[in-house]
Amino acid sequence: MYDFLFKPFEEMTSEDYQKVGFKSGLEVHQQLLTDKKLFCRCPAGKYMHQYEAEILRHMRPTLSELGEYDGTALMEFKTKKNIIYQIHRDTVCTYEMDDTPPFEINDEALDISLLIGMLYRCAMIDEIHIARKQYLDGSIPTGFQRTTIFAVDGQIPYKDRIIDIVQVSLEEDSCREVSDIGHKRVYNTDRLGMPLIETVTAPQMKTPVEVMEVGEILSAMVRSTGMVRTGPGAGREDVNVSVEGGTRIEIKGVPSLNRIPRLTYNEAMRQWNLLRLREELHRRGINKDTFEAKTVNITKQIRKTSYTPINNAIQENKSVYCVTLRGFKDLLRWQTQTDTFFAREISDRVRVIACLTTLPNIIHSDSMGENIAASEWQIIKKHVGAKEDDTVVIVWGDIGDLETASKEIIIRAKESTIGVPSETRQALKDGTNGFERILPGADRMYPDTDLPPKRISEERIINLKQYIPEYFWEREKWYNELGLPEDIIRPLSISKYAMLFKKAVKEFKIDPVLAGVALIQYPKRLKRKHLDINKLSEENLSEVFKAHSEGLISREGILMYMGEIARTGSWDKENISPVSKTKLADSIKEAEYEVSILKVRNHEMEKRIVLSEAMKKLRGKIDGVKVYSKIFGNKKD
Amino acid sequence: MSDLYKGYRGEALEVLKKFEALVWCNVKITSNEGVFRGTILPRSETADDLHIVIKLISGYNVGIAAKKITNIDVGERKEAHYKIPEKAFPYDPKKPNVKLLGTGGTIASRLDYRTGAVIPAFTPGELYGSVPELADICNLDTSKLYGVFSENMGPEQWIGTAKAIGEEIEKGIHGIVIGHGTDTMHHTAAALSFMVQDSPVPIVMVGSQRSSDRPSSDAALNLMHSVKTAAESDIAEVMVCMFGPTSDEYGLLHMGTRVRKMHSSYRSTFRTIGDVPIATVSREKITLMRKGYKKRRYDRNVTINTAFEEKVSIVYYYPNMKPDIIDSLIDNDYRGIVIAGTGLGHVNKPLYPALKRAKEKGIAVYMTVQTLWGYVQMYVYDTGRDMMELGVVPSANMLPEVAYIKLCWALGQTDNLDEVKRIMLTPIANEITEREPSNGYLILQGGLPEVEEFISKYRK
Ligand SMILES: [Zn+2]
Repeated sequence: MYDFLFKPFEEMTSEDYQKVGFKSGLEVHQQLLTDKKLFCRCPAGKYMHQYEAEILRHMRPTLSELGEYDGTALMEFKTKKNIIYQIHRDTVCTYEMDDTPPFEINDEALDISLLIGMLYRCAMIDEIHIARKQYLDGSIPTGFQRTTIFAVDGQIPYKDRIIDIVQVSLEEDSCREVSDIGHKRVYNTDRLGMPLIETVTAPQMKTPVEVMEVGEILSAMVRSTGMVRTGPGAGREDVNVSVEGGTRIEIKGVPSLNRIPRLTYNEAMRQWNLLRLREELHRRGINKDTFEAKTVNITKQIRKTSYTPINNAIQENKSVYCVTLRGFKDLLRWQTQTDTFFAREISDRVRVIACLTTLPNIIHSDSMGENIAASEWQIIKKHVGAKEDDTVVIVWGDIGDLETASKEIIIRAKESTIGVPSETRQALKDGTNGFERILPGADRMYPDTDLPPKRISEERIINLKQYIPEYFWEREKWYNELGLPEDIIRPLSISKYAMLFKKAVKEFKIDPVLAGVALIQYPKRLKRKHLDINKLSEENLSEVFKAHSEGLISREGILMYMGEIARTGSWDKENISPVSKTKLADSIKEAEYEVSILKVRNHEMEKRIVLSEAMKKLRGKIDGVKVYSKIFGNKKD
Repeated sequence: MSDLYKGYRGEALEVLKKFEALVWCNVKITSNEGVFRGTILPRSETADDLHIVIKLISGYNVGIAAKKITNIDVGERKEAHYKIPEKAFPYDPKKPNVKLLGTGGTIASRLDYRTGAVIPAFTPGELYGSVPELADICNLDTSKLYGVFSENMGPEQWIGTAKAIGEEIEKGIHGIVIGHGTDTMHHTAAALSFMVQDSPVPIVMVGSQRSSDRPSSDAALNLMHSVKTAAESDIAEVMVCMFGPTSDEYGLLHMGTRVRKMHSSYRSTFRTIGDVPIATVSREKITLMRKGYKKRRYDRNVTINTAFEEKVSIVYYYPNMKPDIIDSLIDNDYRGIVIAGTGLGHVNKPLYPALKRAKEKGIAVYMTVQTLWGYVQMYVYDTGRDMMELGVVPSANMLPEVAYIKLCWALGQTDNLDEVKRIMLTPIANEITEREPSNGYLILQGGLPEVEEFISKYRK
């Protein structure tokens, strides 16, 4: 049944993905451009590199509906992590630390959200309810994220079809992880509580590239409002992937869209190969009922090993356990992802769940010869009673962690007889993914009793409608017709200046290429000079364009005055007046007089110096071409 | 009938009735906005009558405007009943026996995920199900005395709790834990300090600032700390056991008469005023911070005195207070007044005639300080001396709420104002101390470099 074999990434075709039943959906997270956070009045978008104090918390699982601790909860509880929050008074108040109840939801954030919901053509929610979504990893100090759905059932066009938007929610951002070593996980809290929207698509993408392209469309759409944050960390994606017979797996925290194709390829391959592994196990007669494993403490037997990690552990009075997996010979070297094998699935679980974070954290007999001596393997296998077709896994650490680790090794091995376990996975730099945590149960969502429901009035919706931007793809079509350079079409279509561009072209009749370049390229140039391009407000720029259209300033003057605005926040628009013919002649005469004192011999050279001196007096106010032709005659036209 | 449309009124109720859609029904609602699939939830009584709430399959709740609804397709109805799993609390003859008396605050609980309602866990089995670590400390038994919110605690509950404590001690219990809402925990702690005297065992009050349905709750740790104190400590006092810092690190054991809730929402809200706490308690150990406390005994003797006069009031003085405030208490037959005065214990002159009337009517008037820290000192200024002439009795460093409770208790025992005065000014449980130690008043001022250095080193 699973006879298809994954090819290298570059060689995979759409038909190949169809064969394995590739299906993928996106959850796109985007920070909103607001002054303040979502449920408190701390500043949003202020990042701190130092901290002033620390707070320590533990996340205790709460009982689920069935009165049991659910999978994630149990796992996080097993890990017994000390969660440390680094706090700074400029970015965090007592709300984020869960010592003060929430304040009312930030209306600015809600307005932006509603606008984006309408942009997706969603059904808008009449009365929003704040929910708590449980997170036990500590990434939010309360143990839950406050989140609310404000729109459902939207559509966006993609190729010749429609991608459905399932729902859009407004939620608070979580902490940034600083480190996670052993039993201590450290978080930076500056970003915590910033408003974020999450857009969830239906799993309608059929190849890895489609996932990326839909991500690009969604990202461009929200950016086209000009009301979302940009820059590193402002937009992040979670990607859901499944194959036929596999499980919906969520890859968390993908930092950029171009990483998506390889990540989803590898996840599809992992699921497919795990299903093939199951087939192999069943062929060997191993299923969930016949599965057998046992754990033995082998600290004594291995105490003289020269293998450094284990040797060090024994020096530190730690213990060594050996888990025998019956009939698993060679299967820990079964390929799962690119250059990645089943042993990694086990090592990941031991790392995350048993807190054995120093790698390598396991060795196994399928990779004999790479670690402990062959003779030592023989002694151990004999001691634990392992047979020829068994695999043994060795793990070392504190005895409490080893109890968890050995159980987890057995759990993960046994899961391979069943299929692809439900879990969330983290995106890694090499395009593969690693275990993050067991997928939380459906129970993890419940109403926030701290805040009442909030009605979204019809007046509010009607009022917001006027700010819905045109679709960026419609803008792009027009830009193409105008003949804008290729490289500024997309940036301009999602730029906060897109409306201004339209005004410049339609109202001020400015050359579209000039306006486009001025709005997209000039800010970049000014930024390189370390000027504050945030000062380039639409109002200021509009005045500059208007002045140009009235002939008060030259093409060149646009950049010059934009520079002045970026430097000082305003420009000297009062002293701009059209350069009259007399003024031009006077300026040239003045320049000629100044140059004549220099007694330049070469006549051509003298003219050039006159031009440059005259331009100094007239820069920005008149086109250089006009000055040139006045001095040199009409040659250059 | 009303439960079938629980919480719905007006327009929303009409629409539900029209389509025969009951709460807990799976529905497909069509409105002018679009189509919504989910389960109809009960509506909060305080919410408006214009929206119908459904739980979407994703787990989110949304409200749909009733007037926009054009159709509701009604599917299966499934009402769930939530229960805490009961697991028999293990019994170990070698472990001390601890009794948990419940008054109403929920220390342990679980959640109805659909409504967000908190279901208290209280029986030993329920508690074992949610905080299994308790079984490592003691054999636990529970009884539920009351089910009232903290602000509804009053004389009836104080007296009942004191009597229940007495009964447990007579039966030979090793320690008592009292679950209580946090808002008035210090009032109850004061009441029990006076009503239960010379207890041979620890009496530990506990609650939580963050309900136990949230993973970051302080409830489980507070419960473990309090049970450990009741089972293992040698401190036979009425105490409040709550978080020391906001971090999950240790609890403080506060003397029941010197403790006060000092922040509306912080975890580390309880502080000992004018003294230091008795000890810190962590899951591993109890560390004493002071020597003077009553030691655990192995007899079953205790004095329960539940006398109580309800006609007592606290007057929180403010500049420009008019005498009619005092007059109205006099005219309503109050027998005792505790004033929380400014500074060393002052009120303005216009109140004097009213105070004089109170004296003439035989009303006991006691002065405390609204600064909370420090002693009443009425000799320093003439005004203080004038007031003492008017019969106002300075109450040393008794906290205003504690003086209130004690005056109720004293007036419950006698009409003789001299005897009342003797009772009031004779310390029973550290409510008046001879001295304020030099570290009894510490409020660190944020922003000072040395304080910032301190909080950067020690977790808050
Ligand atoms: Zn804040």
